[in-house]
Amino acid sequence: MRFTWFNLMPWPDLPDDFRERYRSVWVDIDSRLFEPRRGHEVYNTYLDQLEYAASLGFDGIGCNEHHQNGYGLMPSPNLIAAALARRTRDAAIVVLGNSIALYNPPVRVAEEFAMLDVISGGRLVAGFPVGTSMDTNYCYGQIPALTREKYAEAHELIIRAWREPEPFAFNGRYTKLRYVNLWPRPLQKPHPPIHIPGGGSVETYDFCIDNTYSYSYLSFSGYLRARALMEGYWERVAQRNAADSSPYRAGFAQTICVAETDAEAERLYAEHVLYFYNRCLHIFPGFADAPGYRTIKTIQSGALAQYGARFRYQPMTWKELIEGGHVIAGSPATVRQRMEDLIRGLRVGNIFCLLHVGNMPNEKTMYSTRLFAERVMPALRGMWPDYAGDDRFWCHPLENPVMPAPLARGFAAAPACGAEVSP
Amino acid sequence: MITERAITLRERRVAVLEGGAGRDLVFLHGAGGLTADDPLLRHLAARYRVHAPLLPGFGASEDAPELRGMLDVTLHGFDVIDALGLARPLLVGHSMGGMIAAEMAAIAPREVEELALIAPAGLWRDEHPIPDLFAMLPHQLPALLFHDVALGERLLTGGLNLEDPQFLIGFLVRNARQLGMAGKLLFPIPDRGLADRLYRIRARTLLIWGESDRLIPPVYADAFAAGLTAAAALHRVLIPACGHLVGAERPEAVLTALAQAGF
Repeated sequence: MRFTWFNLMPWPDLPDDFRERYRSVWVDIDSRLFEPRRGHEVYNTYLDQLEYAASLGFDGIGCNEHHQNGYGLMPSPNLIAAALARRTRDAAIVVLGNSIALYNPPVRVAEEFAMLDVISGGRLVAGFPVGTSMDTNYCYGQIPALTREKYAEAHELIIRAWREPEPFAFNGRYTKLRYVNLWPRPLQKPHPPIHIPGGGSVETYDFCIDNTYSYSYLSFSGYLRARALMEGYWERVAQRNAADSSPYRAGFAQTICVAETDAEAERLYAEHVLYFYNRCLHIFPGFADAPGYRTIKTIQSGALAQYGARFRYQPMTWKELIEGGHVIAGSPATVRQRMEDLIRGLRVGNIFCLLHVGNMPNEKTMYSTRLFAERVMPALRGMWPDYAGDDRFWCHPLENPVMPAPLARGFAAAPACGAEVSP
Repeated sequence: MITERAITLRERRVAVLEGGAGRDLVFLHGAGGLTADDPLLRHLAARYRVHAPLLPGFGASEDAPELRGMLDVTLHGFDVIDALGLARPLLVGHSMGGMIAAEMAAIAPREVEELALIAPAGLWRDEHPIPDLFAMLPHQLPALLFHDVALGERLLTGGLNLEDPQFLIGFLVRNARQLGMAGKLLFPIPDRGLADRLYRIRARTLLIWGESDRLIPPVYADAFAAGLTAAAALHRVLIPACGHLVGAERPEAVLTALAQAGF
């Protein structure tokens, strides 16, 4: 099993009456709610937490890309990843990912991911999401019905840029480049492992299966509701005659809160979990799916049948969130049991652990994270023993990476290489 | 009486609504689509031989993924006219259809001699931003598109039952096909550079606008008029008590305006 500590980086100060006063947490969120001085503290705390998780033995630390979003402060996940690359040593840097249709030209992603891979000593796990409709269409103006074609072309360009040793001309519909000649190039060969976040479309299943990419379902609604979708994926893996059905072909994001007892978990974490589920997910339904963004096939599959329900919001309670599996919370024993159910039920080898939730303060985040690392993770480590050697979907770091040198302080510390050192 | 038939264009089915007698008129519909019971088509058929092709993705017209942008759709318009065997018909377009008609007249000024634009899209003024049709919920549309909002509610949201999953899937598929196609011309800003090409239009041109159009407000009539410097003649008609869906609210006024312009 591989566990990635993932932080969405939510803004922690959305007001109590956010849902009543504001239309949406995303796209047209009131920018006056962002306070840069507070942001300074928030970013640095969140980075501290990711580094802390790396120090506790999580396999990876993760970030993602959202735009104009009150629960995601990472329009550029690569900036976060760059900061993490210098301050961590062993953990994979999981960037899940870059919405490749939004980069112009998309070789920018090939370049930045190559930089991250080289700086981190081969620790990059690269994600290529299509991007939500909110990000891709409403914030970044991509034409909905052309988004997937543009994504497919960007993917082809990036992979070729990583693989091909000679300069080549790329005559795409959306990008035309006379000289593609990637510099620097990724450390991992032929390129870093790739994870694709998906939401249940058959096209994305096939894309992952055919390219040996890991399929990641990044849902906030928990493992119980994910079962049908993941069953669909595994059926497709079988139908398409994939070489194997390794659980590392799939990943799942789960909100997790650990305390000494179930009661303590509720007492410590309920308000922060409710902040996330009731405040951060307040999205104007008009921004949910630009017409043309989903394929007809996906709509007809009924995957969006819950769409209608989005118009009728009911506040969620702690009890509902726990029973519905949105959140796995409780004592280490409770969380272990439910995580095991999740891992077996969905057949997943990669877990993206959402251990910071909503406006959870730093000390609670660290407490929950440490309990998970010390008293949950070790018991789950050995699951899927038949696939323990499957390293196709994970990074391959250098054995002896260079670490940042200690900070050189003052002039006196500078080595005297020249003939003279002026005073 | 308006009837529907299908023609084949580049191996794809294109549905065409037809009816009436008189000189040939080609009508290009807006992003909401068009059906055989459309009141404007019925009125137009009293005076013209009406041909109203449905854009790919709309109704029975097959999706055409190869139509990606303005030029593709503009040329598709001429392909349809050729396939129908028409020579220089009176070209009428509403909203998105008006944008396409104006592009056709700009790109081939000798092919389009008479042009009527009903609340056309295609221009943008920062001082008068056009509301985002692609981020609207169904219940928000009547107030945006109609002068008579109650009428709009009856026509637009009357039969909607989004609680029923089967209905919802059909509704979402129709939206994805129609507005997905429309988005290639209108998303995220309904401007594909028409302002730079309006000067090429030579047709005798009629601009029709609903006075209470809240989607594309009537100031856009001024913007079109200012850009149509080479039009052989320019007529403007502002229809009172009428919103953006002119054909639904005041179809008879459109017919009168066409007659008065000498079309």
